[in-house]
Amino acid sequence: MAVLDHMGIFAVTPGMAVMWLIGLLLMYLAISKEYEPLLLLPIGFGILIANLPLTQLMEPGEGLIWRFYHYGIEWEIIPPLIFLGLGALTDFGPLLSQPRLIFLGAAAQAGVYVTFFAASSLGFTLEEAATIGIIGGADGPTTIFLAGKLAPQLLGACAVAAYSYMALVPIIQPPVMRLLTTANERRIRMKKGRKIGAREKLWFPIAASVVIILLVPASAPLISMFMLGNLFRESKVVERLTDAAQNSLMNIVTLFLGLSVGATMSAENFLRKEVILIFFLGLVAFMIGTATGVILAKIMNLFTSDKINPLVGGAGVSAVPMAARVVQRMGAEADKKNHLLMFAMGPNIAGVIGTVIAAGIFLTLLE
Amino acid sequence: MAQEVLAPLSGNISKVSVGVGDLVEEDDEMFVVEALKMEIPIYAPCDGTVSEITVKKGDAVEEDDVLASID
Repeated sequence: MAVLDHMGIFAVTPGMAVMWLIGLLLMYLAISKEYEPLLLLPIGFGILIANLPLTQLMEPGEGLIWRFYHYGIEWEIIPPLIFLGLGALTDFGPLLSQPRLIFLGAAAQAGVYVTFFAASSLGFTLEEAATIGIIGGADGPTTIFLAGKLAPQLLGACAVAAYSYMALVPIIQPPVMRLLTTANERRIRMKKGRKIGAREKLWFPIAASVVIILLVPASAPLISMFMLGNLFRESKVVERLTDAAQNSLMNIVTLFLGLSVGATMSAENFLRKEVILIFFLGLVAFMIGTATGVILAKIMNLFTSDKINPLVGGAGVSAVPMAARVVQRMGAEADKKNHLLMFAMGPNIAGVIGTVIAAGIFLTLLE
Repeated sequence: MAQEVLAPLSGNISKVSVGVGDLVEEDDEMFVVEALKMEIPIYAPCDGTVSEITVKKGDAVEEDDVLASID
């Protein structure tokens, strides 16, 4: 009869069964709807297996999945490695070509800060509120990085909220952007910025690392890896490393990331009313960030004759390149010959750096 | 007088919708460029006859590359 004692079937709780459904839902969204499948598929499966009893998979010190989580996330190795890959994939040309677009990336971070205050006033601790706020930065690895350091108990919920809303950007952003812009504004054609030479693109990651890390040292793990990846790419002399960072490394690390995040979502961690609040606040963060980016673009237009299409401000919400694609689509709906995609990549990428700086500021103040 | 059709952004040609000798009107779709996994149609800038097509499906193009000429 000892065999029966060790069978998991008799140790299943209702909470676990609910988590199975959630895991299955995420896998369905990933596979059938192709919502962020690279993350939501392993997260969904991780949730499923982490909620099967008596497996010891998440047993501290021994469990297989615990080891991925501990060495990858608790030791903060995985998010910086993802940033290494992202930097190798990023072209700073569109941003350097029109540097004023940096302000739009910065403006969209307002979603992070407003949500931080909202979460705090709703009863979350400052550390938890910061982790919830950073969801509005629309950047998965930064959310996971900050959660790992400040509020590991909210890691799963914040990561799933962040990746879900990133996938839903084409649904969340357009109504906000349409509300805040006139049809004429959406038709604005922008003048191309100057051409950026290879040498400028080579100096940028070096200079940016130094400046940003001197100002916000806590952002160093993410910024240094991001800029190193970019340096690999722009130097053009380490194609093997660039290729590894962009492809094999990214893929391997993403694989471990999804599994580890999903495995933190046990029934006790996830089935709490705070999680509903987190999902609500995350949505608010995305919407506010979109709005502030668009609004700043409109304000900047008051001071210049070289007009910015305000839609481009929405790309400051740094879901790369989903938000830029939304801008392209909405611009083409207003005027089919207007191609805003590359303009939108400017604030899109600036927003990534803006979110990392916001995370660095939170860490400096709260760690 | 020949009018050049330029690529408005960098990407890959995923579709060539016209042939040399075709009659086109302004705003007819001539090419589709794929960038950041989006399909972006390129439209004729004027009426005329396509006198030259300098790219084919699968080619990588940079912003301002000449794609075709219209007479």
